[in-house]
Amino acid sequence: MPKSLQAQHHNLADKATQLKILSNGIFADGQLPTFKEKIEPLNEYPLKPTSIEIFQVNVGYMCNQVCKHCHVDAGPDRKEIMTRETMQQCLDILRKTKIHTLDLTGGAPEMNPDFRWFVEEANKTGVEEIIVRSNLTIILANPKYHDLPEFFKKNKVRVVSSLPFYQADKTDRQRGEGVFDKSIEALKMLNAVGYGKAGSGLNLDLVYNPSGAFLPGDQAGLEREFKKELKEHFDIDFNSLFTITNIPISRFLEFLIRTENYEDYMDSLVSAFNPAAVKGVMCRNTISVDYDGHMYDCDFNQMLGLKVDKKAGQHISEFDLEKLENRNIIINQHCYGCTAGAGSSCQGTVA
Amino acid sequence: MEKTYYNPADLKKFGDIADFEPELAKKFFDYYNDVFKEGALTAREKALIALAVSHTVQCPYCIDAYTAGTMEMGVTEKQMMEAVHVAAAIRGGASLVHGVQMMNKVKKLSM
Ligand code: SF4
Ligand code: SF4
Repeated sequence: MPKSLQAQHHNLADKATQLKILSNGIFADGQLPTFKEKIEPLNEYPLKPTSIEIFQVNVGYMCNQVCKHCHVDAGPDRKEIMTRETMQQCLDILRKTKIHTLDLTGGAPEMNPDFRWFVEEANKTGVEEIIVRSNLTIILANPKYHDLPEFFKKNKVRVVSSLPFYQADKTDRQRGEGVFDKSIEALKMLNAVGYGKAGSGLNLDLVYNPSGAFLPGDQAGLEREFKKELKEHFDIDFNSLFTITNIPISRFLEFLIRTENYEDYMDSLVSAFNPAAVKGVMCRNTISVDYDGHMYDCDFNQMLGLKVDKKAGQHISEFDLEKLENRNIIINQHCYGCTAGAGSSCQGTVA
Repeated sequence: MEKTYYNPADLKKFGDIADFEPELAKKFFDYYNDVFKEGALTAREKALIALAVSHTVQCPYCIDAYTAGTMEMGVTEKQMMEAVHVAAAIRGGASLVHGVQMMNKVKKLSM
């Protein structure tokens, strides 16, 4: 199994190195406008939040997969994991605020030993929706995970799962040998308990991201295609397909640079910049929390080590809704990934 | 002097053709954009046709653009290559069917 950039001691495992690449080169020499230059004339700089509705908690970078495009640089060799104490602090925030959605991500969030406890406790806080971003294969990785579909059902969790393609080759090239077959197996297990079935109230959404240095196509068209193919060949049902643009950070940035696609990819993101998508970027209604309890504008800023504006308080122990809702969002050139074409967020397109 | 006739960066300058003749360029681009809209054929089918045709007219810019375009639409590599074979079959067939003309002439000229 391949290793994370961190375990390889790769220079791109370093957040500062990534930020340097994103700030220098084609952006410093004026070939391409910086994101700030692009949103300033739209009166969107500084970028401001609307209201905080989604609390996205990254419960650890450990994962059973090592996908090539992973923006988290997750893998079995990553040991960073959220403690129950930090989870407790998150629960207190959910209880105190009107935040309606808890969005659990990783790595494979299910690998955190306190994951189930966290979900059950979160349900008691009265939060309206709990999302788990599951990579699917974890359900089959070990017998102790086989009952996850029932656990999700019991806790009315909304399952959002990555499936880069409805055929094995592209999926396996991006996510690892055999991932497609296991993902299909896991989807069948989720369908079997009612997920993705009409009228069950159990939502199963799939996430598509391009398997390479190109942008995602039309979300509705791809959803139609995925639904048709998955039904026809595997009898699988799901609710919605979210198309997500690959953000040029971490392992995807490493891929872009190694294959000499970086400049062209950034150019295509900038060319596809859509002013209408700026309004819907997810950092405007989300707070992202890392395993240590630090807060970020989004999961991507988390991976670049760009904590929320200091004045807003940078740790959940200092959580202050008003300050956070008035903060300036930290941006950089990777933000072009969220504003290209129809835009991109954890919920798919935004414009 | 440019080292090559074709420069990948020129694809992005396609719109610049309007600099020398804006009105006709506008008509062309409006037409072009309408052609590729979802219609009786899906946008995906149209992109695949465009990919095949760009191989027939051997335009490197179009091959670049519609390779990326079809990939974005989730067209599989096998489907893309089949489209190229369709182009090749028509090209090859078009040459071969003219063989009949050659044969007709041969027959006419021969004793
Ligand atoms: S993309 Fe998801 S499943 Fe793949 S390595 Fe990263 S966290 Fe794990
Ligand atoms: S990368 Fe993060 S901060 Fe930038 S626009 Fe996207 S969500 Fe907002």
